Amino acid sequence: MHSVVCIKQVPDSAQIRVHPVTNTIMRQGVPAIINPYDLFALEEALRLKDRFGGSVTVVTMGPPMAEAALRKCLSFGADDAILVSDRAFAGSDTLATSYALSATIRQIMENRPVDLIFTGKQTIDGDTAQVGPGIAKRLDFQLLTYVSKIVDLDRDKQEILVERRAEGGVQLLKTSTPCLITMLEGTNEMRFGDLDDLFRAARHDLKVWDRSSAGIDAVEMVGLKGSPTVVSKVFAPKPRSKRAEMIEVHDSEPHNLAVSLLARLFTQHPKLEQEIARRAG
Amino acid sequence: MSEQAKKPAKKKVELDPRFVNYRHVWVFIESERDEVHSVSWELLGEGCKLADALGVQLCGVVITGTGERGKAICAEAFQYGADLCYLMQNDVLTDYRNDPYTQALTDLVNSYQPEVLMLGASTLGRDLAGSVATTLGTGLVADCTELVIETETRNLAATRPTFGGSLLCTIMTQRHRPQMATVRPRVMAMPEPDTTRTGEIIEVAFAMPEDSIITKVLEFIADDTRDKPNLPFADIIVAGGRGLKTPENFQLIWDLAKVLGAEVGASRPVVQAGWAELDRQVGQSGKTVRPKLYIAAGISGAIQHRVGMDGADLIIAINSDPNAPIFEFAHYGIVGNAITILPALTEAFRAHLAQAKKTG
Repeated sequence: MHSVVCIKQVPDSAQIRVHPVTNTIMRQGVPAIINPYDLFALEEALRLKDRFGGSVTVVTMGPPMAEAALRKCLSFGADDAILVSDRAFAGSDTLATSYALSATIRQIMENRPVDLIFTGKQTIDGDTAQVGPGIAKRLDFQLLTYVSKIVDLDRDKQEILVERRAEGGVQLLKTSTPCLITMLEGTNEMRFGDLDDLFRAARHDLKVWDRSSAGIDAVEMVGLKGSPTVVSKVFAPKPRSKRAEMIEVHDSEPHNLAVSLLARLFTQHPKLEQEIARRAG
Repeated sequence: MSEQAKKPAKKKVELDPRFVNYRHVWVFIESERDEVHSVSWELLGEGCKLADALGVQLCGVVITGTGERGKAICAEAFQYGADLCYLMQNDVLTDYRNDPYTQALTDLVNSYQPEVLMLGASTLGRDLAGSVATTLGTGLVADCTELVIETETRNLAATRPTFGGSLLCTIMTQRHRPQMATVRPRVMAMPEPDTTRTGEIIEVAFAMPEDSIITKVLEFIADDTRDKPNLPFADIIVAGGRGLKTPENFQLIWDLAKVLGAEVGASRPVVQAGWAELDRQVGQSGKTVRPKLYIAAGISGAIQHRVGMDGADLIIAINSDPNAPIFEFAHYGIVGNAITILPALTEAFRAHLAQAKKTG
């Protein structure tokens, strides 16, 4: 049993601030974390390893600093880690990223067959949910998105049974391995690695692959050249043309405040008064 | 050196000659188990504007199992603005599965060559859009909040939140067609259906034997929607945030909601703290809502929250911080302690409604 888990190191978006004057992201001091959705993918792969044996390989594409995220995954119990890093990848959109990652996984498969690929359902910085499907299509793997549960895995028959979150319900799907699963959040709880894993993670001889080690000959398929989408503008959201009409705090009496708000609200929006009366009536 | 000179001259990117004949705006009409997802109608409303700007037709794409339902869905799409519908039916398309749907939509694109293709950012739409864009090798922009045509180049300028919603960015697909985009439910306004409108249906055969499809749907377990909140379609929402300090104080939100006959919403920190269910989370990682009235109490109005409720007709904000970003886009603002103001507001509404009922 060999699973590959694709992860991404992302800035903790809860802590991102935008510079009020320049409208740029202030990255300083914002911690880099493993994309939280990816942890559900990693944990699921580790559970399958607990059950069936085998190993888990973690892969990420990113700058050299992304090594820290991979070591963290090793400390949780992953066996192997590959950082795919090359200047040629700079500016890759989701199409180019899925190309680079699928090439990497093909290289991995040269040495050892892969039964399952796991990704998170999306990242918290890009939020696109496009790279997982992209990898599956490029490798011609069956794609199972938003999986909430792996019900059964028959290794002899190479069959897998999963529950998938669909619109308005849950699909029970049966398919063949190898396949790619994007794991839904909240479906499992990440384990803590033990001390041995921590030491192993620190000592592990992590692989760093450049473009050619990842088997990418065609430079025009990655980076800006391999990206059909172009970011033409980045900007901060505009305030409404008018700031909120402030209800003055004449006195600190909440009752008066409430009454004055209602009076103003219903004078300016008589339709709303009717609507509320209708519902409450 | 002047500011201008420092910037590299903008290079004009030409459309790849393979795509010069790609025309018309397409909307994928999402239906699962014969239910059309309402985001499809919202997309037709938006698609109308894009088709007008490009001077082309607005087309619906209907992919379903065999049966009368397919044509009925097309008829409905015409009422919401489609001029023409491509209808592809086969029993292998009854349940959504990635492989046959990707094949079906990719085939249609290759045969009829649209310049814009929009899908809803639902679980189905995101699964399908990512797969089709990869198969076609074209650009896809997820979760767009604004779509504008650059008339000179016929490029679609697609704006979306980025970095968890901290900033917005505008993305274009300049060399490839179709230009693909997904839009989340309720981000665009629902158009009024025109029951007199009709259009042409082009039926396209889809031949894929069931034997060749690896993934099988063994069962579909429909959600139990009873007692589930439906925030995206609520007319009035009272929402609470971290400013309420304790889970007990969150009850004040429920009290006001009850008097107004409103739904209860919540910001992400409050949901993460377990004060409210995930179904009630409003914002970037939760629901997008478009109520007539949105009351935000103790919510600072971070952009992650704003992108989910900016479409409200009227926003009332209560926050103790006069510099809270929510006052930048609320219509009415009260600077003060939500914990004391909420009960007063509940009482004022109750009294007003009782009075209105008496005077009839």
